[in-house]
Amino acid sequence: MCATCGCGPDHHHKDEKKVLDVEQDILQENNLLAQRNRGYFDGKNIFALNLVSSPGSGKTSLLERTLRDLKEELQFAVIEGDQQTANDADRIHATGTKVTQINTGKGCHLDAHMIFHALQGMKLPSDSVLFIENVGNLVCPAMFDLGEKDRVVIMSVTEGEDKPLKYPDMFHSSQLCIINKTDLLPYVPFDLEKAKEYLLKVNPNIEIIEVSCTNGEGLSVWYEWLKSKVLVPFE
Amino acid sequence: MHELSIVMSILDIAQKQANKAQAQAVEEIELEIGELTGIEKMSFDFAWKQAIRGSILENVELKIIRPLGIGKCMDCDEVFEMKQIFDACPICKSPFVAIKSGKELRVKSLVVT
Repeated sequence: MCATCGCGPDHHHKDEKKVLDVEQDILQENNLLAQRNRGYFDGKNIFALNLVSSPGSGKTSLLERTLRDLKEELQFAVIEGDQQTANDADRIHATGTKVTQINTGKGCHLDAHMIFHALQGMKLPSDSVLFIENVGNLVCPAMFDLGEKDRVVIMSVTEGEDKPLKYPDMFHSSQLCIINKTDLLPYVPFDLEKAKEYLLKVNPNIEIIEVSCTNGEGLSVWYEWLKSKVLVPFE
Repeated sequence: MHELSIVMSILDIAQKQANKAQAQAVEEIELEIGELTGIEKMSFDFAWKQAIRGSILENVELKIIRPLGIGKCMDCDEVFEMKQIFDACPICKSPFVAIKSGKELRVKSLVVT
């Protein structure tokens, strides 16, 4: 019997309040899809990397160079994320690599759902490397797991060396930092040692590789890193 | 402005929960957003106001719990408050710190009618 008005068990008060204990992670949907992507990558032995940086630090140039230099040794595919245009996808396509462009429109980051659908159309080969080039933005993509194995953050010497301190979330969640455009070091006030100090302060586990996509300096170290990470498939 | 994506996810969770409970309206929503999450409060509030218009959360009372950033030093076990995700241990200066709280990003509860 209802304690308020004494009615029977079927009665519902119009203003009856109910507390729902939800206790659900807000990013749960994204994280579940990311894990689904991760399972797909693991199953096919695909080494997936999420490349993040501010706009103009050289993500696409690094990819172009890498794809050309290593195409005899490794099998690659690329997912390009940009707000607008297929310009980057065209650049990657010109290297002879399989590429899909995702345009986020007004969106400021890729999420696991977008990657999930891009993968459906790609039919990736087993034992390959997938580069996911995120939208140029050091803030928003940090919170969104795509299912990648490693996150690679790229910064260039034409930016301030304090980028890791200004955008700690991104540097904190990355496994590797590539410092690009080192050929310009003699002409810019960038303090390389300070940059490394800040990087390790924000993330003591991060690996650091210095490269120049223009003169090729340091690229062999990046290539070795990449090859060492591509697992030997089970026989 | 990833806060908009976050707000849309909250709306989605609330809508699904309300449907499941066959609720007519949501009166109150309680969120937990840790101090160390990458959520900018002003952007969040801006996105929130725009996104809830015409939704089941339109007239909702929003309650946000903000757990403090708490870290535990992996070298000397010191437990301390963190202002940044990369704060080093104040005692032994070790940068290896396990974040114990401050990264929460959850819908805790809803009050529905």
